Amino acid sequence: MSIRLIAAAADRRLLDEQRGTRAMMWIMAIMLFLTLLAAALGLGTLGAARLLEHQLAGRLTVQIVEPVEQARVDQTSRAIAALRADPDVARVTEVDRAKLAELMRPWLGEEGSDPELPVPSMIDVDLGSGTDAAVSRVTRAVQAVAPAARIDRHETWMSPVSDFMNLVTWLAAALVLLMASATAAVVILAARAGLDTHRDTIEVLHMLGSTDVQIARLFQRRIALDTLLGGVIGAVLATGVVALVGAQIAALGSDLLSGLALTQRDWTLLALLPIGFALLAAFAARIAVLGALRRTL
Amino acid sequence: MANIVQFENVGLRYGTGQETLSDLSFTLSSGSFYFLTGASGAGKTSLLKLLYLAQRPSRGSIRLFGEDAVTLPRARLPGFRRRIGVVFQDFRLVPHLSAYDNIALPLRVAGVPDSDIEAPVREMLAWVGLSDRVEARPATLSGGEQQRVAIARAVIGRPEILVADEPTGNVDPDMAERLLHLFDSLNRLGTTVVVATHDFHLLGRIAGAHMMRLDKGRLLDPTGSLRFPPPQAGEEA
Repeated sequence: MSIRLIAAAADRRLLDEQRGTRAMMWIMAIMLFLTLLAAALGLGTLGAARLLEHQLAGRLTVQIVEPVEQARVDQTSRAIAALRADPDVARVTEVDRAKLAELMRPWLGEEGSDPELPVPSMIDVDLGSGTDAAVSRVTRAVQAVAPAARIDRHETWMSPVSDFMNLVTWLAAALVLLMASATAAVVILAARAGLDTHRDTIEVLHMLGSTDVQIARLFQRRIALDTLLGGVIGAVLATGVVALVGAQIAALGSDLLSGLALTQRDWTLLALLPIGFALLAAFAARIAVLGALRRTL
Repeated sequence: MANIVQFENVGLRYGTGQETLSDLSFTLSSGSFYFLTGASGAGKTSLLKLLYLAQRPSRGSIRLFGEDAVTLPRARLPGFRRRIGVVFQDFRLVPHLSAYDNIALPLRVAGVPDSDIEAPVREMLAWVGLSDRVEARPATLSGGEQQRVAIARAVIGRPEILVADEPTGNVDPDMAERLLHLFDSLNRLGTTVVVATHDFHLLGRIAGAHMMRLDKGRLLDPTGSLRFPPPQAGEEA
């Protein structure tokens, strides 16, 4: 399929491009504005979900829940030794008593600092790979030397958040597809309306020996150009909105929301959307026009 | 001379009504000049539509340029149509194009580069006496001027067949004669010309022209060999 966006002046004149109000361009501007926002949301949540998974994958907390202090200290030492012996463990850090007291302060107040209070030992562990097999192996190794140990995967705590982000990503992808379908439908309607508007000219062109493809090319070029121009307008507006929201998120200083920031690759994808839609519009116009012309002699 | 068009028992019916054309059998010789006459509603325009492939017949056989035009695949129609020049009764000029661009249309459709279009278009404009109306749009042209643009558009591609539906209907007698002279010139260059008209004054103006008379969709002379004026003794019928 060939698409000449820059047509000869004579070709441009054939369909009387001054007619109509170029409503198509503004419809496409709105479509692309909404599509770009949906795509930006999808790409942002996808990035955030990946960052979250990357950060939490292989991160564990080992709790030694043993009321007898000496037994707790012994089991903690053995657990740390067992962890350090595992080649898949990248980092082992015991959380000191002061930090635990700080963490419990909202619930226990100053009572949490009482040295007599039997507080479980806690060990932060980072695994090189966060696979289920590695976690199971580490769990077995720790529980073999510290029967009182409980092992929590951070991934499990955050999985509802991660699932939500994935859901938003899929929803955004569905929206983009829906908008693309709606764009194709609008283009088909516009092409059919255009065929009606230019029926006389098309009939003359046919009688002079124009092929269907020549006629379709006039429509697809014009519609692709309208879509591209409208798309660029919509994209510029949407980019402004996305940048504004991005600045607001950055100002919040939230680790979780900072993952929503778009990467260079995301911006490139967004910039390609108007071009993609213009190609889609040209294709839809071609199909619509050829289909309609095939029913004539 | 070889037959460029051959109709055999051709009938044309629009929808489920009566046949507009019935049992048409005739041949057109390459390089000849034909007048098609008949009262309004006799079927002249319908017959021309069959000739320039705007309609397919309901029955019968049409051979055009030696090929079966009835079963011609749609994809091959443009190639055939480029060999036929048409002057429509209502001109069918593209309203938003200038006289120049209207005349250039067949060349552009045929893919002739812009650099090779200007000279023949200007020659055509001069030929039909419209050199000073190059940029004029159809709405600003008189009926006669529009007709001349339509004729220039029909002949610029040097068609093998020129089909003209009442081409002198909107012009004064002087201009009618001039246009007929243009058709005659084209005919002398080898183009088969078919002119539908109900103006009997025109019929004697082209020496040796054939005449086909339609009445209620039927050809009065099924062999198509009527001549006007009648052939002289010793002249081939």
